[in-house]
Amino acid sequence: MPAAPPEEPAAPDASAAGAVLRAEGLTKVYRLGEVEVHALRGVDLTLAPGELVVLLGASGSGKSTLLNILGGLDRPSGGRWWFLGAELTAADDDALTEYRRAHVGFVFQFYNLIPSLTARENVAIVCEVARDPMDPADALALVGLADRLDHFPAQLSGGEQQRVAIARAVAKRPTVLLCDEPTGALDSATGVRVLEVLERVNRELGATTALITHNADIARMADRVVRLSDGRVAEVRTNATPVHAAALRW
Amino acid sequence: MATLDRKVVRDLWALRGQALAIAAVIMSGVATFVMCRTTLESLRATRDAFYREQRFAHVFCALERAPLAEVERLRAIPGVVEVEARVHAALDLEVEGFDEPIAGEVRSLPDAGGPRLDVPYVLRGRPPDPTRRDEALVGDAFAGAHGLEPGDALTVVLEGRRQRLRIAGVAIGPDTVFQLGPGTLFPDFARYAVLWMPRGAVEAAAGKQGAFDFAALRLAPDADEPEVIARADAVLDRWGGFGAHGRADQLSHRYLSEELKQLAAMARIFPAIFLGVAAFLLHVVTARLVATQRDQIATLKAFGYRDREVAAHYLKLVLLVVALGVALGVALGGWMGRGMISMYQDYYRFPRLVWVLDPGVVAASAAISALAASLGTLLAIRRAAALAPAEAMRPEAPARFAPTWLERAGLGRLLSPVGRMTLRNLARRPWKTTLSVAGTAMAGAVVIVGTFSWDGIRHVIDHQFGLAQRDDVSVGFVGPVSDRARHELGGLPGVRRVEVHRTVAVRLRSTSRTYRTALVGLEPGPADVAAAGEGGPAAAPGGRLRRLLDAEGRPRTLPAEGVLLTDWLARHLDVRPGDRVTVEVLEGRRRVRALEVAGEVSEYLGAQAYLRLDALGRLLGEGPAISGAWLAVDDGLVPGVWRALDRRPRVAGVSSARVVLRSFQETMVKQMLTFVLFNTLLASTIAFGVVYNDARLALSERGRELASLRVLGLTRAEVSAVLLGEQAVIVLLALPASWALGWGLCASLVQVWQLDIFRMPLVLSARTFAFASAVVVAAAVVSALVVRRRVDQLDLIAVLKTRE
Repeated sequence: MPAAPPEEPAAPDASAAGAVLRAEGLTKVYRLGEVEVHALRGVDLTLAPGELVVLLGASGSGKSTLLNILGGLDRPSGGRWWFLGAELTAADDDALTEYRRAHVGFVFQFYNLIPSLTARENVAIVCEVARDPMDPADALALVGLADRLDHFPAQLSGGEQQRVAIARAVAKRPTVLLCDEPTGALDSATGVRVLEVLERVNRELGATTALITHNADIARMADRVVRLSDGRVAEVRTNATPVHAAALRW
Repeated sequence: MATLDRKVVRDLWALRGQALAIAAVIMSGVATFVMCRTTLESLRATRDAFYREQRFAHVFCALERAPLAEVERLRAIPGVVEVEARVHAALDLEVEGFDEPIAGEVRSLPDAGGPRLDVPYVLRGRPPDPTRRDEALVGDAFAGAHGLEPGDALTVVLEGRRQRLRIAGVAIGPDTVFQLGPGTLFPDFARYAVLWMPRGAVEAAAGKQGAFDFAALRLAPDADEPEVIARADAVLDRWGGFGAHGRADQLSHRYLSEELKQLAAMARIFPAIFLGVAAFLLHVVTARLVATQRDQIATLKAFGYRDREVAAHYLKLVLLVVALGVALGVALGGWMGRGMISMYQDYYRFPRLVWVLDPGVVAASAAISALAASLGTLLAIRRAAALAPAEAMRPEAPARFAPTWLERAGLGRLLSPVGRMTLRNLARRPWKTTLSVAGTAMAGAVVIVGTFSWDGIRHVIDHQFGLAQRDDVSVGFVGPVSDRARHELGGLPGVRRVEVHRTVAVRLRSTSRTYRTALVGLEPGPADVAAAGEGGPAAAPGGRLRRLLDAEGRPRTLPAEGVLLTDWLARHLDVRPGDRVTVEVLEGRRRVRALEVAGEVSEYLGAQAYLRLDALGRLLGEGPAISGAWLAVDDGLVPGVWRALDRRPRVAGVSSARVVLRSFQETMVKQMLTFVLFNTLLASTIAFGVVYNDARLALSERGRELASLRVLGLTRAEVSAVLLGEQAVIVLLALPASWALGWGLCASLVQVWQLDIFRMPLVLSARTFAFASAVVVAAAVVSALVVRRRVDQLDLIAVLKTRE
């Protein structure tokens, strides 16, 4: 793994001091069929404890790739990144597995629930390998599904499935919660309900939350908005007064 | 229960169709293995226990007649522990309501203390009272064939004297586990009987008071058997000994051990093929099954499950299926083994069976299946786990498609878009297509292997009973008779033709091997005398009813000098035409002569040596004498000829080719075909399991794509055509491959099926290929119907809403 590019200062800036996640000059090139895709072209980013960051960008801007790298699901082609000050750039598979197991909660656009398990079991499957998990029923209550514990994914609506996925992601009390287009497959009313749940989890559990969307309206609920374009950070904007998710419409 | 384990149970339920198909494949492989081994081990254990308990002798000496005082000289041979001197006599029997002639043999039981060797096991009734001359033990096979029970009466003709006997008991002897009448190839329980009577009764009837004509010897464990045989021959030579022999040449034991050898060969190769194929298919199927769960594996990994935890999860799933298959296979194989053994018992008579189910066999079959399944699973997991979770969760990159060579060759225009899709899909993943074709081909091949012995047996029957043995009635005499008997036979009403022969017991010796068999002197036929440049048809009375054939079934000439050997015997003795074999005649003047091997004769049953009748006479130093004849008889007059012959005192046995064929089919064929039937069923199960799984996996791998096509407006029939077209091409490619593979497996199978009593030829009929193909196609059609139903139920909304 190459070291940080020379033009980038190696010393962390002041705001990065207590950072949960920090990335420097991340690049990612992958092949899709016969095409070489430059998904990231040098991204610097810092996520502070407890903040809710929205990553905005068009399709192919590299936001999912960035999230996958920070979540330990993928490896960068270049650059470096740290979790709570520990560098994970060259971490091996076992170390990344440990990182995900202990610290990361994921919410995917298509929920990725295990179809053969009930809502409660989908949450339990994560609790069983976590260090200090919530009770699966409590996690589901947190997302407003206390009465759907024993339903299978096929018996739940899209919004309900996504809320199960959120319960699953937060049940381990993660340090970071990474959400990739959590409302992408939902209608707006359902999407707002899901965002309300995420907001509540962020506030109540204090998990640093990164939320990917290409929907600019959603950015209004963020503490900070990072806009990606063509594999680079195009803009970072801090919201002085984030609005409640409930007030969002699109 | 851990949540992952609950997922195992639910996934298993969701995949129950495929899981059952896989379990059926394992079941079939394991069942073949267990059936073969169980049959083999049980028969061995049964035989050994029976031999031990009934004190089966080690060396057997038949002779003309010797005074009982000579027994002491046999007992004095070093290594001999026990000697029992008996009188054996041939007899004819009459059973009320059964018109056909019955031949038999009676053995004497010692007067005092009961038999010490070859002790008959009394199944029902009691041993005969030594003081009475009208009581007998009757062999259970014969008793069973006629429904005879203790207390019933029986008429026998012993040395010309008709006598009424009472059946004291029904018994089986360790030396008569397999019962064969003289001059017959197959057991015929209704027409051949073994009896035991008190010594006094037999020696009086045979006129051998104070003498014996058969001695059984039991040896010490460290005895030198060939040395004992040589010394026994030296003792009995002047008493007309026919040559002592060990168990290896004892008729019953020899057939039984040949049968066990054949069974051992089948127990080696059939399970190897079946379990091997099942294991390969299991490997492929599990690998694909796990691969279809790629996104679930990625999700588990995203939440921090370690690779080995994910692997353990899928191993549990697969091993549960294996366990089910093994359990079913052991149960089914054990049950079929019992069926096989009880069928063997029909003509290898044992009083009871020792049932053996070796735990090692169960463990081995479980281990082979589990290993194959685990390898497939782990390989697929490794492939899935090797991807970063993010990549595994992304839809697979668009596959690289290119026009196939068929299209580049200009055939593309002939194909519809669906046809082109089918072709490109198959060509894009050549390895997967190859595995699918290979799996389906193997499925067809095991059906061929399971079925082909029908062809072999049919060929043997055609060759042996259609081309070689063409007589209607075969008659054997007690000892050699003058060849004037020919004219007497020819004078019987209905007899159209008579060919005579002289058969003597010999030991053939080459530099490396010896073999005890019959040397048959035949009359030359027209082709033979023409080849030898001799006189006209008058000098050629033979060659029509009994023909010697070459491997292609063409008659071959009998040379004026030298012997022809059964092809198996030539290989066994390792001699070629031009080599010499030493012939030790085991009767009469017991001459020893070296003869040139003139050639080979193709035969599938038995192993003998042939020469011209006049050459045999010169070898024996005797004038023209014959020991049997073959008759061509007008239709409908056979029973009359038979009855007329049976009344003659010098006639030892009469048989008809039709009866021989019938008993062949009733015994060997019935037993073998049951085995074949089992194999065919198991092979068809394997074929079905494979084809079904292949289609189901193709559906789950392609479900989304197919639903998308539906969304785009293709009809259900068109969408089904895409998937089923691929399956059809795979089946079409697999069929010829299965023929080639099946042929190869059969070729390796007949290699081990080369025994002196029976040899399986490598003959495969179009019918066998057609049957195997029909099984595969039937499996494909049923699978296609299931898949078609699933395609009809594809959830279009779900496809629109989820990724891809």
